[in-house]
This record gives sequence, C-alpha cells and structure tokens, in this order.
Amino acid sequence: MDINEIIKPENLVFKRTELMTDKTLSYCPGCGHGTAHHLIMEVVEELGIQADTIGVAPVGCSVLAYEFMDIDMTQAAHGRAPAVATGIKRLWPDKYVFTYQGDGDLAAIGTAETIHACNRGENIIIFFVNNGIYGMTGGQMAPTTLEGMRSSTSPYGRDLASMGHPIKMTELIAQLPGTVYVTRQAVHKAANVRKTKKAIHKAFEVAKEKKGLAFVEIVSNCNSGWKMTPVDSNIWMEENMFPFYPLGDIKVDGKIVKDLMSDLM
Amino acid sequence: MTEEIIIAGFGGQGVLSMGKILAYAGMMQEQEVSWMPSYGPEMRGGTANVIVIVSDERVSSPVLQSFDTAIILNQQSLDKFESTVKPGGLLLYDPNGISRPPERDDIRVFKVDAAAEAARMSANKTFNMIVLGAYLQLNPIVELENVIKGLKSSLPERHHHLIPANEKAITRGMEIVTKAS
Amino acid sequence: MSEIRLMKGNEAIAEAAIRAGVDGYFGYPITPQSEILEYLMMERPEERTGMVVLQAESEIAAINMVYGAAGTGKKVMTSSSSPGISLKLEGISYIAGAELPCLIVNVVRGGPGLGTIQPSQADYFQATKGGGHGDYNLIVLAPASVQEMADFVELGFELAFKYRNPCMILSDGLIGQMMEKVEFHEQKERTKDFDQSWATTGKTKDRERNIITSLNLDPELQYEHNLKLQEKYKRMKEDVMFETFNTEDAEFLLVAYGSSARICQKAVDVARSRGQKLGLLRPQTLFPFPEEAIAKLSKRVKGILAVELSAGQMVDDVKLAVNGRIPVHHFGTPGGKIHSPDDVLKAIDEKLLGGF
Repeated sequence: MDINEIIKPENLVFKRTELMTDKTLSYCPGCGHGTAHHLIMEVVEELGIQADTIGVAPVGCSVLAYEFMDIDMTQAAHGRAPAVATGIKRLWPDKYVFTYQGDGDLAAIGTAETIHACNRGENIIIFFVNNGIYGMTGGQMAPTTLEGMRSSTSPYGRDLASMGHPIKMTELIAQLPGTVYVTRQAVHKAANVRKTKKAIHKAFEVAKEKKGLAFVEIVSNCNSGWKMTPVDSNIWMEENMFPFYPLGDIKVDGKIVKDLMSDLM
Repeated sequence: MTEEIIIAGFGGQGVLSMGKILAYAGMMQEQEVSWMPSYGPEMRGGTANVIVIVSDERVSSPVLQSFDTAIILNQQSLDKFESTVKPGGLLLYDPNGISRPPERDDIRVFKVDAAAEAARMSANKTFNMIVLGAYLQLNPIVELENVIKGLKSSLPERHHHLIPANEKAITRGMEIVTKAS
Repeated sequence: MSEIRLMKGNEAIAEAAIRAGVDGYFGYPITPQSEILEYLMMERPEERTGMVVLQAESEIAAINMVYGAAGTGKKVMTSSSSPGISLKLEGISYIAGAELPCLIVNVVRGGPGLGTIQPSQADYFQATKGGGHGDYNLIVLAPASVQEMADFVELGFELAFKYRNPCMILSDGLIGQMMEKVEFHEQKERTKDFDQSWATTGKTKDRERNIITSLNLDPELQYEHNLKLQEKYKRMKEDVMFETFNTEDAEFLLVAYGSSARICQKAVDVARSRGQKLGLLRPQTLFPFPEEAIAKLSKRVKGILAVELSAGQMVDDVKLAVNGRIPVHHFGTPGGKIHSPDDVLKAIDEKLLGGF
C-alpha cells in the first residue's frame, strides 16, 4: 500500500491542534506537560474561543507555556497566577481566563492567591499540574512531595516530622464555596487523556456560566526529577502518587461528590 | 487675613468635626483652608487635635508650631498647647475637668462652659457646636450661614433634622462665652 | 461640570480616579491610606462608571491583579503605604519589565519595618531608584496639596500610557490625611478605543499573539531590552515638572517636595519678611528629577538646603545636579516626625546662612 493512500481524512486518528505553536516543547521527553498543553488548546480550538481566551503562565517548568499555546498570555510571578488571572478576568468579564500552574507555584508560594481566588469564586479556570517535585530548579522537594520521597532537598526521603506533610490542595479548595467544579485527572494513558479532556471541557463550560471557579488537577510524572525512565516513572506514579492523590471528580456543579473525610484519614 | 487655629481635646468630643465645619465654612466664603488632623492611636479615645487654617491667601504649611487661636477641651491639651499661642493670640477653653487653668498673661484667655451647658440643654452631642459658637463670638472669621452649610455637608442626610439643635448650640455658645479672669 | 469639594488627599485620589475613567482598582487596607479603598467602595464606582474595585487578600495579590489587568491595556491602579509597597515591589518590577502602564499610590509612613503611621518621606530612594530588582525606574509624581493628589491621577495615567511604564504618586500621611479645597474636572468616559495592539485582548486570526512577560532567557535579548528601557527613561526628561517660589533674586535655595515643600514655603515667607533672600524649588516629578533646573540655579545662588522628612535621600540627587559647584546641605526629620516651619528656619540659619 502506498503511503499516500493511508493519509486520508477518514483514516485520521490524531490531529495536532492548530492552537499549539511550531515551537519545540522545552519539556523533557516523557513529561506530562506537553499532553496537558495540547488538551487545553484542543478544547479551546473545539469551542472556537481562541480570540476570547487569555492564559496565565506560572513560574516553574511551564514558565514558557506562552511559547507553545497560540493565545494571548501573561507570564506571572511565582505563585501569583490566580491574582493575575483575577485582574484580567475582572476587566474582561466575558473572556475565558485560565492559569496553568505547578505544585510549587500553586501549593507553596502561591497558596494564599490560590485559596483566595477559589474562595472569591473568580470565574476562572485553574489547571494544576502536580508532579510532587520542583522540576525546573532541579528536583527539590515540593509541597506535594510524598512521605519518604527523595528529592535534592529531601535526599533521605521526606521526613514528615521535620518537613511537614504533603498537601492535598485539591481536596482543600473543594471545600470552599467559590469553587464549582473540582477534579483530579492524569494524562499518562490514553484513557486518562480522554477523561482529562472531558474534564477540561467541563471546566470551560463552568467558566462560561460564570458560576465560580473550575479547578483541574493533573497528577503527572517528572521522570527527570524522579530520576527514572518515563515508563518507570508512570508506573511509580500509579503505585505511589495515585493512592495518595486519587483520581476522579471531587466537586461537581458546586456539590462535593467524594467522601473527603475518609480520604483525609 | 490668615487665622491659624489648633483645636485639641479628647477623641469623641467632636474636635475633628468642629474643625471640618470651620474649614468648610471658610471654603464657602471663597477663602483658602486646610484641615490637618492628628491621626493614629489617639483617634481611638485618646487625645485628638486638628490644625485649621483659614486664609485669604494660599495656605503654605498645614502643620505649625504656633497658633493665632487655641481651642482647648482637656487638661492634657492645655498643658501641651498653651505655650503655642502667639503673643496677643486667643486661648479658648472649657473649664470642665481643668485642674490647672491657663496662666499666660500675654494672650487673650476666654472660657466657655460648654460641657455643662450641653448637659443642661440635654444635648450632649452639640457640645462642640457650643464651643464653636463661643469661638465665632470672639473671632467671627466665618459667617453663620456658611457654618450651617458646613454642618449640612458633614452630617449625613439622615441626621439633618439635628441641624436646628446644632444651630441653637452655636447661638448658646456665643452667649455664654466669658473672659477668664 | 467641575465641582469644588473639601476633602482628604486620600479621598481626592479616589474621586479623581473615578472621574478619570479608571477601569480597575485593586488594593489592600493599610494606614494612612485606607480611605482610598473605603471611598471607592462607598461610591459604588461600578454603577457610576463601570470601574472595578476589589479588595485583595494581600498587597502582593493586589499588585499582581494590577499586573494582569494592566496587561489588558486598560487603566488600572493600586494604592498602599510603605510596608505594603515593599510587598508590592516584586510585582512592580515585573510591571516595569513587561512595560505596562499603571498607577501606584504610596501614601508614605515612617519606617523602617512596621515603623509608625505618621507621615514620612523616607521612601524616596525606593520610589525613585527602582525599588525592586533590576534596572528600572518608575515615573514618580510628588503632590504637595490635595488638589495635586487629584490632578496627578490623570497626569499619572497620561504619562504611564505615554511611556508604557508604571507611574507612582509618592505622597505621605500628611497630604493623604489633610483636607483642603479641591476642584474636580467633569467625569471622563472610560476609554473604549485604548491602544490594544500590545495587550491581552484575545488573539484573533489577523495578528500574532500578545504575550505579557518580563522573561528573556536569552541574555542578548535581555541586554537589548534593558538598553531599550534605559532609552525610555532618558526620554522621560521631557516631562520633568517643578515649581519655583521667590527664586528670581534668591541668594539661597531650598529644595523640597511634597509636604516638606509646603512647610518650606512658610519658612521662605518668614525668611523673606526678615530680609533674607531665600527661594524654593519644589520638584513635582521626582523621576525625572529637575536636575537641569537645579544645576542652573546653582550658578546663581550661594548655597542649597535640601529639606526632607527623612534622614537624607533626595539630597543625593540635588548634590548630583549641583556637581560640587556650591555647598549642598541637608535638613531632615526621620522616623515619622514632621518638622515645622520654625525648625526649617533654624536649619536655614545654622546650615545655610551660618556658613557665609
């Protein structure tokens, strides 16, 4: 069979969204960021809202997210993306405004901004990529680093007594009345990618209705920071991250749909 | 004409609003005015004072160390500001609670029994207007109609029914002010 | 219709902001400037003009809301006082780096640290030399009256948009808390056709995407960006503003800004009445600083006294302008205390006239 016979619209199984720029992704091979970027841009493309969408990039590995997403974007100071997004959204109430943040950005230095944007019920979307480590600065401990997990600043493993506990930001903000849709997903397998895309669609729907904040956590790997192969890191993520950060919806249409108490035990 | 005034007393005596009404009245008759309050912890119950300047010319410094007039409503303020009245200037005080009366003899000293009078009139809240009336009797730098305008502007609309009582208090203050011996 | 009101400086800034057609204010309470946010909330500007007013969870959040909002190309502002401005400096550096127009009001109080809520001018260095990290400058306006508090809001936005640069109104607790007569201009429409070519307005097919960022990982690009910024700061000289009093025949000159200039004006009046030929130069812009005007006067007068409510900050810029030609002295009161005209007169006698 000639190759040109295969390249036909009816045979298409995957098409790169036009809303990703031609710039080569700066992420490590095997990292989940690229997939997460693609999914958000696919949804923006499918909804036809490129001209109505403004993104906010964080500090961390995805600091250069604005290089890859073909929409107007603002690059925020470390942790301040929800405040920056608030400023944009309040002046452009009819546009879609989202932040894209990592765990250090959202759950450590930006905790106050995260909680208060959620609590005010800003009509924005927060995408939270949680890989339990500071990737960009070279693998230091993150607020979401698991107990016993090694990093360059917890070289003998995270010791709860001296370093504190990993924080479940998503369960925490789900309890705030300003959040409408809160979910935790992953992008390491095709089935998860499909679920995550659905979640992103739902988040944009919530933003359209202006009923409050939509929060999508994506648990991801960091093969470089975890010092594993991409495949091993995904297995490790399933075995270690998912039990502590279980996937699924936490709050839908303003109602908590998960037993948070048993989860916190 | 430039009149530099300090009004000093306890927080809650209406020191700041008396100053504001005076400044507003000055502004109403096309004069230059400034109103500079002490602010901070003393706002909450301690001593409060405000410097009001009413002038035919542009007001330069809103903060001063010497004054044409000192209106004094408690002992602490008397102790602090008696010496700041310019020679030949005016010191007006309410003797209520004063254990050491003013001692200077190079200034004009007057007293107004405003606290006692306000109690007699069963109108404690008009205390500061009695004092203002006393001052205007001695130094009519602004006209009464402009003082009323000042009252209107500083009172919220829902309290405008109190304006006649305040006007009465001003008139009473004008009547009862006396030279301190 | 213009309107005359008796108002605090802080209230005047808030009213002027509504009338100037400002699109958004983001702030956090701190004494002695909380009246700005209070007044705005009381006035329901959303109903008057559609202006957005939001009390943020911190000064840090407030300045970052301003950063995001300024990136939309609209007129946005914040206000705070010294410790709060210190918290905002990271955001201010980002705003300067990303070249966004906005207005920042600092109603200065005495420091360092939590200090005192009394008026001070000890944030001069912070305001005029950048303040945050990196080589940047703010346009700095120094109002000396409640009228200028109001007028400088509109002027501040005009300059901020002219240069796409943050502008700071450097006031203090004295000008913020005092009441004076103030004349307001009529209500301006909120701008609808502002320059959106660079702003985050939503990417349409006919243009490249707009990115608001201060990040340049390529040192060569960062170097070029810095040169461009410096060129811009030099150009700002054409907007220098100052006022002079009695300088025509002055033998000695005071240089003072803001509240200290008001106090000095009285001192000059008294000195003149004593036959002392004293003049005053009052910078209205602290960046750009009126260095040429001071240099020119330094060829005519015998000595200069810089008078500030600080331990000596602006005096450095006066010295740079004078460049050693004549003696430059300093009289200042730090720590939130205010000097009186009498204190200034004493300093004039001791420091300025005493030496000659």
